[in-house]
Amino acid sequence: MNRHLIAASDLSRDDALLILDTAEELARISDRPIKKLPTLRGRTVVNLFFEDSTRTRISFEAAAKRLSADVINFSAKGSSVAKGESLKDTALTLEAMGADAVVIRHMASGAPHRLAGWIKGHVVNAGDGMHEHPTQALLDAFTIRRRLRGTPSGGLDGVRVTLVGDVLHSRVARSNIALLGTLGAEVTVVAPPTLLPLAVEGWPCAVSCDLDAVLPKTDVIMMLRVQQERMNAAYFPSVREYSRRYGLDVARMGALPEHAIVMHPGPMNRGVEIAAEVADSPRSTIVEQVANGVSVRMAVLYLLLGGADLGGTNE
Amino acid sequence: MTATWLIRNASLPGGERTDLLLRDGMIAETGPDLTAPGAQVLDADGLLALPGLVDLHTHLREPGREDAETIETGTRAAAHGGYTAVHAMANTDPVADTAGVVEQVWRLGREAGHCDVQPVGAVTVGLDGTRLAELGAMADSVARVRVFSDDGKCVADPLLMRRALEYVKAFDGVVAQHAEEPRLTQGAQLNEGEVSGRLGLAGWPAVAEEAIIARDCLLAAHVGSALHVCHVSTAGSVEIVRWAKAKGWRVTAEVTPHHLLLTDELAEGYDPVYKVNPPLRTAADVDGVRQGLADGTIDCVATDHAPHPAEYKDTEWADAAMGMTGLEVALRAVQQAMVDTGLLDWAGVADRMSVRPAAIGRLAGHGQLPAAGGPANLTLYDPAARPEPVDPATHASKSRNTPFRGVALPGQVVATFLRGTPTVLDGKLTS
Amino acid sequence: MHARRGTESPATGSPPDKRVLEPDEIRRALTRIAHEILERTNGAGDILLLGIPTRGVPLAQRLAERAGEFEGRTIPWGSLDITMYRDDLRLRPARALGKTELPPAGIDGRTVVLVDDVLYSGRTVRAALDALTDLGRPRAVQLAVLVDRGHRELPIRADYVGKNLPTSQREQVKVLVSEVDGEDAVLLSEHEPDEPEHKGALA
Repeated sequence: MNRHLIAASDLSRDDALLILDTAEELARISDRPIKKLPTLRGRTVVNLFFEDSTRTRISFEAAAKRLSADVINFSAKGSSVAKGESLKDTALTLEAMGADAVVIRHMASGAPHRLAGWIKGHVVNAGDGMHEHPTQALLDAFTIRRRLRGTPSGGLDGVRVTLVGDVLHSRVARSNIALLGTLGAEVTVVAPPTLLPLAVEGWPCAVSCDLDAVLPKTDVIMMLRVQQERMNAAYFPSVREYSRRYGLDVARMGALPEHAIVMHPGPMNRGVEIAAEVADSPRSTIVEQVANGVSVRMAVLYLLLGGADLGGTNE
Repeated sequence: MTATWLIRNASLPGGERTDLLLRDGMIAETGPDLTAPGAQVLDADGLLALPGLVDLHTHLREPGREDAETIETGTRAAAHGGYTAVHAMANTDPVADTAGVVEQVWRLGREAGHCDVQPVGAVTVGLDGTRLAELGAMADSVARVRVFSDDGKCVADPLLMRRALEYVKAFDGVVAQHAEEPRLTQGAQLNEGEVSGRLGLAGWPAVAEEAIIARDCLLAAHVGSALHVCHVSTAGSVEIVRWAKAKGWRVTAEVTPHHLLLTDELAEGYDPVYKVNPPLRTAADVDGVRQGLADGTIDCVATDHAPHPAEYKDTEWADAAMGMTGLEVALRAVQQAMVDTGLLDWAGVADRMSVRPAAIGRLAGHGQLPAAGGPANLTLYDPAARPEPVDPATHASKSRNTPFRGVALPGQVVATFLRGTPTVLDGKLTS
Repeated sequence: MHARRGTESPATGSPPDKRVLEPDEIRRALTRIAHEILERTNGAGDILLLGIPTRGVPLAQRLAERAGEFEGRTIPWGSLDITMYRDDLRLRPARALGKTELPPAGIDGRTVVLVDDVLYSGRTVRAALDALTDLGRPRAVQLAVLVDRGHRELPIRADYVGKNLPTSQREQVKVLVSEVDGEDAVLLSEHEPDEPEHKGALA
């Protein structure tokens, strides 16, 4: 694997399967009384979060601690970043503190790329602007594999996945489209035309504006969070209309094949893109996605940090 | 009293070889085998003698942003790139929207002495797009402003643009528009297209440029005035300008060196050295603007030299300033994009980089093909030179944000003469 | 150690591998170990055989099945991957993990018999002991290996040994098991002069 995990589109099929298979093994330690492995003892993982995200940060923190790594949390609000210190200077400070890996979440697409040029440690992208959120896609793939495959191994060949929502602004969508394609799934995106990128025709997925037509042919439906601010920028006229045309309500859940599962990266707008009853139904994987996130992030940290350092080239 | 210079065996843009005798700021004589006892001799065998280059679009940053560039360093950079005159854009701090500021800029340029600085006046007060600036006062000032632009920002209000176009007719002025419909480019980071979609960067659609150009061509025609379009970047914009010219309307246009060579794919590493407004576009757009420059639809090359200090570029893309330097590599970039590809000959380069920009800027004393009796503003250029790849550490500009770092551009400016006085000799600044 | 007809080793020009154990000898050794386990654990009432991936696992399965046949009941077995506990992780790029599968009853209070193909420096077994500590508290831990090739670097010894094979550190011992390699055999070969020692991979 590369030195860094910045984009799901950087992962080959073998890379992705290695992460998922490793995560399968690491998932077992949640069942043990001692939820700890000594593997990353003495290594330092820094969580560098410029965007509020308790859920993802805690997930990375748990993953690092279960591998016995030391964790330092650096959130933008309480630090020099709030006083206007540049990303570069923050990076150099972390470097001086001896960070072996930096997990970064930032509002600007491309921030992890820049960070990788400034530090010697490994960079894990926890979400950059609208660009990518690779560990989310990995835990989504892990979840799909567990739910839909008898024994969780191999890829997702032939699995039909539908993503619904604000694809244009969604890093989760970009990462998932890339990774699911790499693993052999068939991806369809559904959204109002205003929330699809102009060049989506060139993306490795089918496109539809009609959710109801797609539902019966879906094995996995993944709902993306839609932000209410988009309404003010005229992406759609009202929350009501959005929900009516693109929301997953109980009736639509009934139109899915029996084995189909419902996913959401969180946090949810209950009642907007997903009805409360759907979110709470047994078809929904939303809760297990969170647990799977820790296993997948453990696998990523182990594969990046657990072996020999591959030299200082920043790829 | 400037020294007398005898330039031997230069090649004129049309192809003929000649000697040139420069005396008292003029080209005193041309012809083969001239003699001039006491003159300094420059062997120009293998060198092109171009009329001194004229830039219609430069940001000298002074007053207000001297951390990025000053009139001193910017004009040194211009001379280094073969320029004898530059138009200094008005988005300084304070904005050049009064006679006072433009006269200050003009004076600082004269004092620096490396090339002529022709100030551009703002169209609106403070560039706020709501009130006309005192265009007449600036025209009457010692700076003799004829080109007016809010560049950096678009004059978006159609009524205000109409008024500006009408008003400048009184003193043969021209409004130079930075064509960008602001409602379509809020938060935009990169050309809207395949690359921006993939990279997760908000798009800057071509239509935001083209719609304004179309509107302004129609306005200029309607009121019978002159429009100049800054930094044309899309193939569609070229078609619109071509259409307007075919109708006989007084529309001129410019293109930057970087839009002649670079595409949006360079943004893939998120290095903000490639962040610019208007953004780098697609290969089809590069072809379109090259064709436009070749057939004269685009009248001239203008650098849009936009220096920024390191901390404005050494950051994440969304946070970085937009702009690229260009004065010192422009002629070489044009050689690579246009001459070496067979799209334009050197006579064409002389036309696009000196004659026409001087005409559009209404700049007397510049843009005249080298001939006896004309002002001694000359650029001696070696197209066969193959220097080291571009290294901004060797640039005279204060700023280092060139997108051509590490690129092997052909050619070298060997000497620049400003009214008979060399500002560059042997490729190096004389001061 | 008997020299048998050799198999050509992959590196050209090096001497062929020596076969030091044939399938029949392996079968008899495993049978003997199965009997020894039953003897020393008084009928294997509470034992659990845990094979260390990769080849320790099929060996553990065979031992469990054989002992189970002799005793007339099922003897539990599983696998214990020790990758995360190795002391030499930083010497090579991160490795893929093997499977850890324990029976539902776990290891608490049981006698765990670790099973591996080769015992060398002892570091693998040390890692396995650490892994067991994090999984529970066995009553006792024993070790069964098919081949003991000497050169211990830690105070670790095997309770059950299929074959003692004195070797030099320049030599490499390779165990083949039919479940993984298509045949049963133990091979001995010389290192290439610049070949890294494979101690970490076998130990």
